[in-house]
Amino acid sequence: MRDFYGTTLANGFMLGTAQYPSPAILADAFTQSGAAVATVSLRRESGADRAGQDFWAMIRDLGVHILPNTAGCHSVKEAVTTAHMAREVFGTKWIKLEVIGEEDTLQPDVFGLVEAARILSEDGFQVFPYTTEDLVVADRLLNAGCEVLMPWGAPIGTGLGLNNPYGLRAMRAHFPDVPLVIDAGIGLPSQAAQAMEMGFDAVLLNTAVAKAGDPVAMARAFAMAIEAGTLAATADPMEPRDMAAPSTPVIGKAFLS
Amino acid sequence: MSRDITIVGGGVAGLSVARAVTDRGANVRVIDRAAGLGPHACSWWAGGMLAPFCEGETAEEPVVRLGQEAADWWQAKTGAVTHNGSLVVAHGRDQSDLRRFARRTTDFETVRGDDIATLEPDLGTRFQNGLFFPSEAHLAPRAALAALREGLERDGVTFELAEVDPHDIDGTVVDCRGFAARGDIPHLRGVKGEMAVLRCPDVTLSRPVRLLHPRIPLYIVPRGDGIFMLGATMIESSETKHVTARSLLELLSAAYAINPAFGEAEVIEIGVDARPAFADNMPRIGRRGHVITANGLYRHGFLLAPALARMVAAYIFDEQSPEVFDEHYS
Repeated sequence: MRDFYGTTLANGFMLGTAQYPSPAILADAFTQSGAAVATVSLRRESGADRAGQDFWAMIRDLGVHILPNTAGCHSVKEAVTTAHMAREVFGTKWIKLEVIGEEDTLQPDVFGLVEAARILSEDGFQVFPYTTEDLVVADRLLNAGCEVLMPWGAPIGTGLGLNNPYGLRAMRAHFPDVPLVIDAGIGLPSQAAQAMEMGFDAVLLNTAVAKAGDPVAMARAFAMAIEAGTLAATADPMEPRDMAAPSTPVIGKAFLS
Repeated sequence: MSRDITIVGGGVAGLSVARAVTDRGANVRVIDRAAGLGPHACSWWAGGMLAPFCEGETAEEPVVRLGQEAADWWQAKTGAVTHNGSLVVAHGRDQSDLRRFARRTTDFETVRGDDIATLEPDLGTRFQNGLFFPSEAHLAPRAALAALREGLERDGVTFELAEVDPHDIDGTVVDCRGFAARGDIPHLRGVKGEMAVLRCPDVTLSRPVRLLHPRIPLYIVPRGDGIFMLGATMIESSETKHVTARSLLELLSAAYAINPAFGEAEVIEIGVDARPAFADNMPRIGRRGHVITANGLYRHGFLLAPALARMVAAYIFDEQSPEVFDEHYS
């Protein structure tokens, strides 16, 4: 398994911590899922005087790797400020970098993303940029110092799955050695399995679990799907073919007609 | 000889417990850190929706069940309840959220544009689909608390102004300090909420309206006389001083979406506080020595205070272990 800035994860499940019915259900969902990474968004207003510390302490107590994010940031400056605050609060160099460019689709502002990624990388951060499947942008992000890329499956919160399988396959093929995480748009475990089967290193999701009727059961369902997809990817899947191929041997069968 | 009980905290929890134990014949005094009702109490900023079925969207089962006691209780103790149901609507692009809300809740009728316009003429046919919860109710929190206190004073309950540690008081003590008890009660956290009050005589609503939105749960509660309460953000933070521009923007946008006439409204109040909550967002009754604690009402102050108060009274008078007893706190 590819490592993330030198850290090897137990599995490819990264789970968000927002929008759960309660912190108790959030904690159960993590226990049941065995997710290796918890993403947590930092509101600047809570960070300023540490007023969010009760919640953060609970996230730390989950005992998994913490990936703070800059969710909801619309400018480079905002994202950089939030990243610094996150580093102080959680004591990690990891930062999931989000610079939102469009309000309806919440798609990344890739220009601002590359700029912020450069600033943060030079400042010692290990950046996980939320990007599109665009290969040129991906290349710029790598040049800016990123060693992990997080292409979207579909717009945040839509649950539409892998919207552009061709583009994502191309990205996987184009960057065989870069850890790639499908981030956003995953609605069902089957979609997470598909991403892992395609050779992605992890999936990051939040709404699909947090807003499920039973978040704990759904977290477990995703864990199983991600494990299945991971295993399938390493098992050298068969190639599809146009004509049927009998799975039982034909030789030796009685020749009747 | 009747029993002496001291209640620390004069918000919705403290006053409700005072009512319940007074009704059981106790001699009650309430000690609060401020004289009279006011902005120091989280319940001062409440929406006052008595909407157990709507809360079922995200809350645990006991909230829905216990919350059904609230409307009758408040009506009996204060006479301040409006029984007009509540209405849930969503914009065209958020219809999937409305379907999800319907799957998770009960006791509603599905309503279409014309039905919505009949229920709330000032919404017009702006919303094509909605859910109407006919058995839900609402109240004006400050009026209800004032009426509750008046009734208690009439029945001989005394009110004292002091900031005290409940453990320094002798006799039976019920600690209803809410978030102020944070240092004494493990795992109690704050969930920040921001609200605004608008005056808009051009708009009339008969019941609370919830506007579903993928990120923010928003509602508008009519207070009568053209006054509307607009709430409420839910932020994992114990900060209680600052209302952010973004939160206000979201709240006001929701009002504007419900009826553009709110664009002309006068903003008469902006408020912020932290709701006291435990990890499962359920209230807890606990005991340490002679002090009983009743806390963690979260966003369900007016909805669950009657049930919580009933359980505290049963615990004291009947030695009946409360359904929401906190075994970890003793």
